Amino acid sequence: MEGLTLSDAEQKYYSDLFSYCDIESTKKVSANGRVLELFRAAQLPNDVVLQIMELCGATRLGYFGRSQFYIALKLVAVAQSGFPLRVESINTVKDLPLPRFVASKNEQESRHPTSYSSDSENQGSYSGVIPPPPGRGQVKKGSTSHDTVQPRASVDQQEPVSPVVSPQQSPPASPHTWRKHNRHPSGGNSERPLAGPGPFWSPFGEAQSGSSAGDAVWSGHSPPPPQENWVSFADTPPTSTLLTMHPASVQDQTTVRTVASATTANEIRRQSSSYDDPWKITDEQRQYYVNQFKTIQPDLNGFIPGSAAKEFFTKSKLPILELSHIWELSDFDKDGALTLDEFCAAFHLVVARKNGYDLPEKLPESLMPKLIDLEDSADVGDQPGEVGYSGSPAEAPPSKSPSMPSLNQTWPELNQSSEDTAIVHPVPIRMTPSKIHMQEMELKRTGSDHTNPTSPLLVKTSDLSEENKINSSVKFASGNTVADGYSSSDSFTSDPEQIGNNVTRQRSHSGTSPENTAPPPPPPRPQPSHSRSSSLDMNRTFSVTTGQQQAGVVAQPPAVPPRPQPSQAPGPVVHRPVDADGLITHTSTSPQQIPEQPNFADFSQFEVFAASNVNEEQDDEAEKHPEVLPVEKSSDPASSRVAKTDSKIEEKTAASAPANVSKGTTPLAPPPKPVRRRLKSEDELRPEVDEHTQKTGVLAAVLASQPSIPRSVGKDKKAIQASIRRNKETNTVLARLNSELQQQLKDVLEERISLEVQLEQLRPFSHL
Amino acid sequence: MAVCVAVIAKENYPLYIRSIPTENELKFHYMVHTSLDVVDEKISAMGKALVDQRELYLGLLYPTEDYKVYGYVTNSKVKFVMVVDSSNTALRDNEIRSMFRKLHNSYTDVMCNPFYNPGDRIQSRAFDGMVTSMMIQVC
Repeated sequence: MEGLTLSDAEQKYYSDLFSYCDIESTKKVSANGRVLELFRAAQLPNDVVLQIMELCGATRLGYFGRSQFYIALKLVAVAQSGFPLRVESINTVKDLPLPRFVASKNEQESRHPTSYSSDSENQGSYSGVIPPPPGRGQVKKGSTSHDTVQPRASVDQQEPVSPVVSPQQSPPASPHTWRKHNRHPSGGNSERPLAGPGPFWSPFGEAQSGSSAGDAVWSGHSPPPPQENWVSFADTPPTSTLLTMHPASVQDQTTVRTVASATTANEIRRQSSSYDDPWKITDEQRQYYVNQFKTIQPDLNGFIPGSAAKEFFTKSKLPILELSHIWELSDFDKDGALTLDEFCAAFHLVVARKNGYDLPEKLPESLMPKLIDLEDSADVGDQPGEVGYSGSPAEAPPSKSPSMPSLNQTWPELNQSSEDTAIVHPVPIRMTPSKIHMQEMELKRTGSDHTNPTSPLLVKTSDLSEENKINSSVKFASGNTVADGYSSSDSFTSDPEQIGNNVTRQRSHSGTSPENTAPPPPPPRPQPSHSRSSSLDMNRTFSVTTGQQQAGVVAQPPAVPPRPQPSQAPGPVVHRPVDADGLITHTSTSPQQIPEQPNFADFSQFEVFAASNVNEEQDDEAEKHPEVLPVEKSSDPASSRVAKTDSKIEEKTAASAPANVSKGTTPLAPPPKPVRRRLKSEDELRPEVDEHTQKTGVLAAVLASQPSIPRSVGKDKKAIQASIRRNKETNTVLARLNSELQQQLKDVLEERISLEVQLEQLRPFSHL
Repeated sequence: MAVCVAVIAKENYPLYIRSIPTENELKFHYMVHTSLDVVDEKISAMGKALVDQRELYLGLLYPTEDYKVYGYVTNSKVKFVMVVDSSNTALRDNEIRSMFRKLHNSYTDVMCNPFYNPGDRIQSRAFDGMVTSMMIQVC
């Protein structure tokens, strides 16, 4: 191929066209697609087009490289000027006007190549172009672009480019038009003082945010130097200057963007929405949408219910049918509510519609809510300033660059999504309250040695609490075992509706978190069904009973969570009279009453008693436990199970402890699910019932005798020591209990997984 | 292939009805209308038991020489009626079930749209698209 000499304007024009055609940024353009459209738009007869293609060597190569493309464009100009098509004519014909391409959309036929000089004009034309909202329909859009282009035509020599681009579909077309305009000024600006384009860029700033156009342009510019090997462009130096100027232009864009922030949000929205990819949300737009979202729903991670969204969008005065369609497009997960992403997408669509853009049939990629796009976090790091280069460094397809600015704007979304994904795991974090609680209880204890023995207890209980909290957060009243909580969260993560579920869980999480995160004072347990809290209360009660602080309470087995089972009702009733005796009594009863919500109320009594009672004999406690246990048992085998646990712990009998502990695991689980558990455990418990009955009997006896036990202050020291001893023993027992509970938890988890697998297998059949 | 798809509201007025051969639309409308009687008959027959136990898919409502009419009722008494060409013998029962399921899902999506007032005609483009795909693809 012979060398091709191009003037500056031609160079720019051709490179822009090439970038436009080079949608895949592969530096070569296939013979079909945009190139053909381009040539068709040149209004040349087909044979001429074929001749051009043959002349430039594209038919030989099978594709248009940059040089072929430029030659082809030059030949188009030659043909349009009426000169015969010759290879040598590309260089011989002087003063050749730029090839003209006619767009079906825009009606501008002949664009005279004009200089890019007056950016201010462009600015004025652009700002004047964007009409106030209600403008709808293609005509408006066409007219706006028309208006915009025409003033430019007089000024801009690259004018023909705008119609060139428009042959494409409507929304992308005009964006391309705008993009071309932007690119051209950028090319022109590069030759001028950078300060000049400043104000001019303000309207474009938004659109240019990471526009793929910019990417393509830059990418288009960067390769030429390397490609020079076999096509020598006389304009190489200008090209390189263009390249060097690009960073400045990009920076201009970024600086301008900040300048543009001063403009009204509406105006920005309108202008930017008509740029390049009209479905890209700029920073200001996004901020505006987020603010609007906040007015409806202060929690950025929350939902806007459908009714609220309906009212909000009805204000835009769009017809209901269109709003309905917008809703269909933007409610990505079809849950009848809008997340922040969905809301921004819907708002953006409303804005676009008001500016005359037709609604797409399906949601554009840049508007898709970032559901699980955690990989976007890498892109989010890119600053808008770098967006211009996003295309250049890599072969980044233009489709990616539009997403990048939106990725930049997805910071809140990422946080949201990360939080969503974190929902799966953070539930354990909710253990902290229990830890805090435990620590509080520890603080209440006088002796430091209490903390030591209780530290492992803390750890273990915290683990269990985590599980329980997970459970409670996920299904607070569902009564699933901890295993269920885990597997439910696991299944949620795999669920395509993850976000919805996550948010739901998040909701439940947040709903319950205020209860859990706030270190609740022991007495008023806000979550009666929370197994962990019950155990904590037990600890608290243990700590209360110890020494002057009723450490005896701690000695009592905390594990059993209060289960709101009606059968438990009699239990607390029975315990209440016992509670009157002392902390120990209460503590002993409390674990048994764990399944029962009213037990928590008893804790307050415990505390009171703890304060008052100092000299509860540990032995009495141990005795009381068996007493209490049988009481419970009579009411409910499950509670007896719990009681067994309690009694075991209290009695510090290792023998039955493991068995009880295993049973106790169920009580730890939130009440409901346990129906199955209870049945199972009841069977298992029966053999132990007798065993425990004895203990409970002892406990009951002790408890009964408690009222008669005087509380003498003089025995404080002994009581403290005894309570310390008791606490230590309790701790060990509890530790054992914890381990056993863990084991049972694992078993339940496995069971649940197997059940879910079965369910999955059965599910396809149900969907026939 | 489904030549006609209709969504009938609880009060037995059509929310959505569309036929593929645009000629003879009236004939299809009549067929759908008459099939409503059969639907009610099936509902009442099964309705003795709990509503939950009633299956949503009603099956073949009645066959004519050229067409077969299938029915599906939701728990809110919204009926989906589908007329298929008898010549298309390849259509199996579970295919029909899956088509109804898709219809049902699309219908619930339409319902989720806050801008849709229950009882209005269904003008959702997504729903239209789904029905179109069903009417063309099945053939």
